[in-house]
Amino acid sequence: MTTAILEKRRAQVATVKDGKASIACAKPSLSGSVSQRACVFCGSRVVLYPIVDAVHLVHGPAGCAAYTWDIRGTVSSGPELHRLSFTTDLRERDVIFGGAEKLERALRVLIARYTPKAAFVYATCIVGVIGDDVDGVCRKIAVETGIPVLPVRSEGFRGSKKDGYAAACDALAGLIGTLEPAEPVPPYSINILGDFNLAGELWILEEHYRRMGVNILTRITGDGRVDDIRRAHHAKLNVVQCSGSMTTLANHMKETYGVPFKQVSYFGIEDMSAALYDVAAFFGDPVLHEKAAALVRDEVTRLLPLIESYRARLTGRKAVIYVGGAFKTISLIKALRLLGIETVVAGSQTGRPEDYDTIAGLCNPGTIIVDDSNPVELSTFARERGADLFIGGVKERPIAFKMGMAFCDHNHERKLPLAGFEGMKNFAEEVYASLMTPVWGFVRNPRKGGAA
Amino acid sequence: MSDAVTVNPCKVCAPLGACVAFRGVEGCVPLIHGSQGCATYIRRYTISHFREPMDIASSSFAESATVFGGSSLFSTGLDNLIRQYKPAAIGVCTSCLSETIGDDVALFLREYVASRKDVALPALIRASTPSYKGTHMDGFHAAVRAILSCIVKAKGATVANQVNLLPGFVSPADLRYFKELLADFGLDGILVPDYSETLDGPSWDEYHRLPEGGTSVERIASSANSAATLQLGRSLRAGGGAWLEQTFGTPCRRLGLPIGLRESDAFCDALSEISGHPLPEIHARERGRLLDSYVDGHKYLFGKRAVVYGEEDLVVGIASLLNEIGINPVLCASGGMDEAFKEQVLAVTGDAQRLFPGEMEVLSDTDYDTIFARAEALKPDLIIGSSKGYKMARKLGVPLVRVGFPIHDRIGGQRQLHVGYRGTQNLFDLICNALMQAKQDTSPIGFMYV
Repeated sequence: MTTAILEKRRAQVATVKDGKASIACAKPSLSGSVSQRACVFCGSRVVLYPIVDAVHLVHGPAGCAAYTWDIRGTVSSGPELHRLSFTTDLRERDVIFGGAEKLERALRVLIARYTPKAAFVYATCIVGVIGDDVDGVCRKIAVETGIPVLPVRSEGFRGSKKDGYAAACDALAGLIGTLEPAEPVPPYSINILGDFNLAGELWILEEHYRRMGVNILTRITGDGRVDDIRRAHHAKLNVVQCSGSMTTLANHMKETYGVPFKQVSYFGIEDMSAALYDVAAFFGDPVLHEKAAALVRDEVTRLLPLIESYRARLTGRKAVIYVGGAFKTISLIKALRLLGIETVVAGSQTGRPEDYDTIAGLCNPGTIIVDDSNPVELSTFARERGADLFIGGVKERPIAFKMGMAFCDHNHERKLPLAGFEGMKNFAEEVYASLMTPVWGFVRNPRKGGAA
Repeated sequence: MSDAVTVNPCKVCAPLGACVAFRGVEGCVPLIHGSQGCATYIRRYTISHFREPMDIASSSFAESATVFGGSSLFSTGLDNLIRQYKPAAIGVCTSCLSETIGDDVALFLREYVASRKDVALPALIRASTPSYKGTHMDGFHAAVRAILSCIVKAKGATVANQVNLLPGFVSPADLRYFKELLADFGLDGILVPDYSETLDGPSWDEYHRLPEGGTSVERIASSANSAATLQLGRSLRAGGGAWLEQTFGTPCRRLGLPIGLRESDAFCDALSEISGHPLPEIHARERGRLLDSYVDGHKYLFGKRAVVYGEEDLVVGIASLLNEIGINPVLCASGGMDEAFKEQVLAVTGDAQRLFPGEMEVLSDTDYDTIFARAEALKPDLIIGSSKGYKMARKLGVPLVRVGFPIHDRIGGQRQLHVGYRGTQNLFDLICNALMQAKQDTSPIGFMYV
């Protein structure tokens, strides 16, 4: 592993021993390392993207907007403004003379044409440098048009993707508490924070909670609506997934409106069940608990024979997990274990020390834990540890495929729901299909057609 | 929709084009001097098309670098890249951020080289690619010019059968075709760039930090000795070929992207002239079959209306092909900003203008929102362009023939062949079959013979 890891990255790689691994994290990416991370803008954009009745205007050259045009599997039950890509498309002239005036005109045009419920204005790298008064423009246009116009301070260089999450949470905080509900809010009302309704996952969770007797007041941000977000402070509890992106907002709502929060995950049977039980426990109503128990029993009874049959065929396989947030890594380790698959490399782009402690506690001795990794490291670790499955995103897919490893996309572009009990079934099917395809027999055969 | 806002951009930014071009130099890793996101977004976008590893390093700008300049981050980045990849070359391109704060990358590179005198360094290539200027095509061409100007130092004796080919942003399959064609003419081609293997390689035994393939630095260094440079693409003015001509006197021939019979003929005529050989038999037969198919298919095509969009040179090439087969390219559109685009489209579509007068629209510096709106009004039978036109095709209920870049919703974009007689044959069959299928699918009778 020696040549694969750059000296200044050594502290961000560790091997599990006695359920522990000491690892450095939450650092800026090393220059010249091909980090799999994105930037502040990306962090903000992924969090706010699923708000479907807002205009999302990227203030900068066209690239940042073009790369994020309709790229996610997040779906809407109504408007689809989020699937359009808006940009001020700054040119050299704007960089010299300033882009604020263009931004003003762009907002006016878009608001008149699409009548959105709000507008988010994302500042990209150069906006911070050329000094456009984005806040001022947003205030002016908000007054003029009567809708919230929110600046998102997402200049790419201002930190990491995580700082982009915080910038998005700031913008959301500016919306929350600005509208009162028309009708009384039912007593068992929660907000779902940090589910982005990829492939309709949020609807699966919503159905689970509804069966328990719990009302979802606001979805932040999957299938999100501006007015719902403005009323979100009336929920009794925030249920927070994707803690990396949403903790700032959950803390803000706790401090400002006294709404407590619980961290959950919806991936895998264990974590999905816990997410339901935790909510029941919070409200302290035995009826809720009984309904949750009945639901879990029903779903697990239906799911287990299938999982058992997969486990019989998958036991002994080894996986690499490398995803954005470490909370997801934790859930995936458990979900894979249920399928008989051992995680031999576990990492994330933006994990916190406590996340990595949890990961180390879950993994077998010898498991490699890595923070903010890159293709050279990931491919080396995968080969060293004999992995045959990779769970990651689009940028990890070619690493897996070129090395003859099965792959499951667990990132924002997925089109298959992987959350909830149904998601666990899909996950098992997808992992099984990719591991069992006959193509590996040819690829790994010495007499292959490749040049290698 | 307005000069203040672009809706669904019909372009991506300059560093993307530069990174693709850099992958066409053997053992070259691209480095974007900018925020981490530039590299990551570009990797994601290109991986989804090529379905190949696309390692792009970033100098990972932080706030302090934005204030004090990115010099030290830059040299750290180069050090780390050299240590981890042992590359033969590093292709550095800039971003809107580093250009706006005024980082002098040329100076950084000189200082870097001076401070590491005792180490063997890879070839260092530098292209200026601010995202607020031009499109990914401008980035691509800037990188091609930079590859030549940073590597080619001198001219030796002219090698009679050696030619440089600057193919433009074509597919890996197109590049392989060009190499085959040049070899069949007995020519020793230096392709800049050549990502035919690096971005469309075979399965591997184990992970390669740098994929095999690409034109080597040594080969590029000898390109001033070529008998000629063939520079493809009408939108390109001061390209790498022009630089070689001005600097070393290597003659540069400017040709259109060889799509369609006439542009392919022009290209093969040039090869014939340089090599002194007639069109090789195998290619003459391909040409003959192409012509035969033009005749076989003409009844399905005449008077059909097509919307074509994408990079300027690709659109001009496709328009030229459509003009040959009796399809009316009612809208030719590009996100590129070349003012000569309209003139170039008009120059290759004389028959269409004569047969279908007053109908053709040409839009440059446009976005998909505008293209969609015009397409709705123009009611085409067919749409030709990247996968980004899918929603428009779906809404209009007409077929989309996927060409160029990106193709994000199908497999095999990297293997799509567009150029020469063979590529034209491929496009012709795709276009013809798309229209035949549309006719069949919308017919209440459902004939099995069409």
